[in-house]
Amino acid sequence: MRRFAALYEALDSTTSTNAKVAAMVAYFHAAAPADAAWALYFLSGRRLKRLITPRLLAVWAIEETGTPPWLFDESSGVVGDLAETVALLLDAVPRRAAELFSRPGRADGSLEPVMLPLESAGIPKTGAADLPLAGLIEGLLLPLRDADEAAKRAAVTGLWAALGVRETFLLNKLVTGELRVGVSDTLAVRALSIRAGLAPAVLSHRLMGTWTPGAALFEDLLRPGASETDHSQPYPFFLASPLQEAPDVLGDRALWLAEWKWDGIRAQLVRRQGTAWLWSRGEELITDRFPDLHDLARALPDGCVLDGEVLAFAHGAPLPFAVLQRRIGRQKLTPRILAEAPAAFMAYDLLEENGTDLRTLPLHERRARLKRLVSQAAQERLTLSAPVTAPSWEALAAERAHSRERAVEGLMLKKLDSAYLVGRKRGDWWKWKIDPYTIDAVLLYAQPGSGRRATLLSDLTFGLWDAGVLVPVAKAYSGLTDEEVDALDRWIRQHTVERFGPVRHVEPVHVFELHFEGIAESTRHKSGIAVRFPRIARWRIDKTPPEADTLAALRAMIRA
Amino acid sequence: MADLLIETPEGLGCPSGRFVIDPLLPVERAVITHAHGDHARAGSNFYLCQTDCAPLLRRRLGADARIQTLAYGERLSIDGVTLSFHPAGHMLGSAQVRLEHGTSGVWVCSGDYKREPDPTCLPFETLRCDVFITEATYALPIFRWDDPAAVAGAILDWWTGNAGKASVLFCYALGKAQRLLAELLRKTDRACFIHGALEIPCEVYRAAGVKLLPTRLIGDEKRFAGELVLAPITARGSPWMKRFGDFETAFASGLLRVRGTRRRRGFDRGFVISDHADFQGVLRTIAETGCSRVLVAHGYRDALSRYLREERGLDARAVSLLREPDAEGD
Ligand SMILES: [Zn+2]
Repeated sequence: MRRFAALYEALDSTTSTNAKVAAMVAYFHAAAPADAAWALYFLSGRRLKRLITPRLLAVWAIEETGTPPWLFDESSGVVGDLAETVALLLDAVPRRAAELFSRPGRADGSLEPVMLPLESAGIPKTGAADLPLAGLIEGLLLPLRDADEAAKRAAVTGLWAALGVRETFLLNKLVTGELRVGVSDTLAVRALSIRAGLAPAVLSHRLMGTWTPGAALFEDLLRPGASETDHSQPYPFFLASPLQEAPDVLGDRALWLAEWKWDGIRAQLVRRQGTAWLWSRGEELITDRFPDLHDLARALPDGCVLDGEVLAFAHGAPLPFAVLQRRIGRQKLTPRILAEAPAAFMAYDLLEENGTDLRTLPLHERRARLKRLVSQAAQERLTLSAPVTAPSWEALAAERAHSRERAVEGLMLKKLDSAYLVGRKRGDWWKWKIDPYTIDAVLLYAQPGSGRRATLLSDLTFGLWDAGVLVPVAKAYSGLTDEEVDALDRWIRQHTVERFGPVRHVEPVHVFELHFEGIAESTRHKSGIAVRFPRIARWRIDKTPPEADTLAALRAMIRA
Repeated sequence: MADLLIETPEGLGCPSGRFVIDPLLPVERAVITHAHGDHARAGSNFYLCQTDCAPLLRRRLGADARIQTLAYGERLSIDGVTLSFHPAGHMLGSAQVRLEHGTSGVWVCSGDYKREPDPTCLPFETLRCDVFITEATYALPIFRWDDPAAVAGAILDWWTGNAGKASVLFCYALGKAQRLLAELLRKTDRACFIHGALEIPCEVYRAAGVKLLPTRLIGDEKRFAGELVLAPITARGSPWMKRFGDFETAFASGLLRVRGTRRRRGFDRGFVISDHADFQGVLRTIAETGCSRVLVAHGYRDALSRYLREERGLDARAVSLLREPDAEGD
């Protein structure tokens, strides 16, 4: 645990990618395989299910340390995170000092310290800070899942008594299911590939999908050579980078495949061993969410993997993303919903055929095979993403200008001789998106952000005019510089009109230009409109609230 | 029994002695607790400070300033008020101001202080008093400082670990910088580089007999690989940094105890070390003075005074003095 805490701190305290990778490589070399497997579990963005709420941890810490609750709240306002506040408090308040500063009249009500029988869990009490990560999780934390509150409290407070401040912080993050490590999973894979001496692609393939951490798993990952992994596994997705300039910079138009950037769920359809699996880009298995794609999957030959987009599709045309989103939001897929938003698979690429990995073949070759496969399958719900054939970049730009009418987000530009790589590698695949929608809106509410900006009021809600009143329409937290966030935070604290818990209602003074990608009617939103991916484009210090846009103007964009 | 010290627009004033402690505005008689810029301001007519504070104060105020000095423990009667300075452990020449006058009892104004050991100044001296005026820069229960020797060890490890590049450590130029240099000297005698802003403070400290790590002022050198550089935080991001080529940055401050601050400030490393008392340090000090009344002057004033009232049964309140938001030399 101490070693993992040191790794966490190393990753947390540096912004250098090389330093992060070096810290992980060193950890993977030094840690026992079972611990390394759990570390990898967290490094790849996976989390434990929440065992205890952060608020309950706070209550225990308040009682253990005899801290007045208001003083705890004051402190957590400065720290911006309950799990961390608890760790700092436990570290800073000597727990035996309770009698030094005992509250008058509370002497008899003092709490009997409940100690965890660490020895019974096979862990010597004094060495608890060094207890192995896997032992902690598998031996102590996971069994707590079905325990009652008293048992949970005994276990957690017992660990608190034995751990240092860094380990306590990690423990708190683990039990509240909030542990986030500041690395992307590609970076973790890179470190692991250096440790294993294997290509990153091999490792990211081995790491796809669901897996249970354990020594065997970790040793399997490091096994040399290509692996016979689980048949259900997809390939790591190749992601396009945003194209910021005119496409002339890409050179000869004839060397590029252009296709529409469909607005659905990017997915891989895996057909092997007589079964089919559908995986989302987030490596989530979504086969069961789309029963209407099962027939087409069964119609495919065994040993193939398709990359494509799941779309809501009716009468030969895709429906807006909002239709698909409504379907995703439902717990149960009723026949009515399936009829309202029937799914289809728009195929982009063929990654495997006859059980052979095709990813290193040039794109034009993979596309030729894909075209043949799609036409042989002859399934209504399986279509080939058609190339956009405009012969020059200018002609292509003219086509792109009609993206919104086609319910697409713009164009994808893929080099015809490109291999199917792993992750976001610049150069061969670009997304050339249409310009976002734009509105000027007024800041209405603010609350603390998360992560790096947890101590700042950086989670903002904006409103538009409707019959003389500002109606909230969008929440955005990104797009401002650190300086702007700091300045705005100070301003908000001084101009709060009203508070509802963490949310502050501020004077309507500041206007911001917001960008967003999509817009749809919504019954769940007060404004009747839902916008997709809203973000702050700039702080319009040149504008006053009366100059902000109206809700009617936003509504008009739905029809545009 | 009249209050010896009261809040005035100029700062914490003593009407009987007709002086103001660390005045915010120019006054006739200024009593200075220490030489940080948020306590020692120019413009007053006469200044009184502790002997070791005087050279630092003189640098700040100029050659014409009229400064009278007093050694620690030495007593001075000002219009019938007996005043003496006592070590506050904050930096070289930092003092608590002890006042005694007729029936008003004994009042002690802490100035900035800390309880952790510091090789550059005398340790904080506990004084019995009736009324204690404390700072509260870090007076929340989440703040606790590690052993400064351990922090110096971590700095040395960071420095020696950065063999191929410069290690640029930002810190407050007066007080914190010299404390770090003195702590480092206990572990190594390898010279380090300093930014020009640290030159005079280091000279003054050495002249007062404080032993510091050998330092070299940054001049025309081009090679800094493997070297430690101490610089004020204002140098960060300035063209001055270009000379270092490949470097890592660190910051030494009590603020970095909080992870969000560490991450937001974006340094490669953060070293948690402060020249202000942590929460337990403040509580212990108040208990040791035996005072029945506490005035809380800086930082988390409201929280600390409420805690003292409700949990310790003391007569405590926050005093509001106009003051810049950030404590210097944190
Ligand atoms: Zn100071």
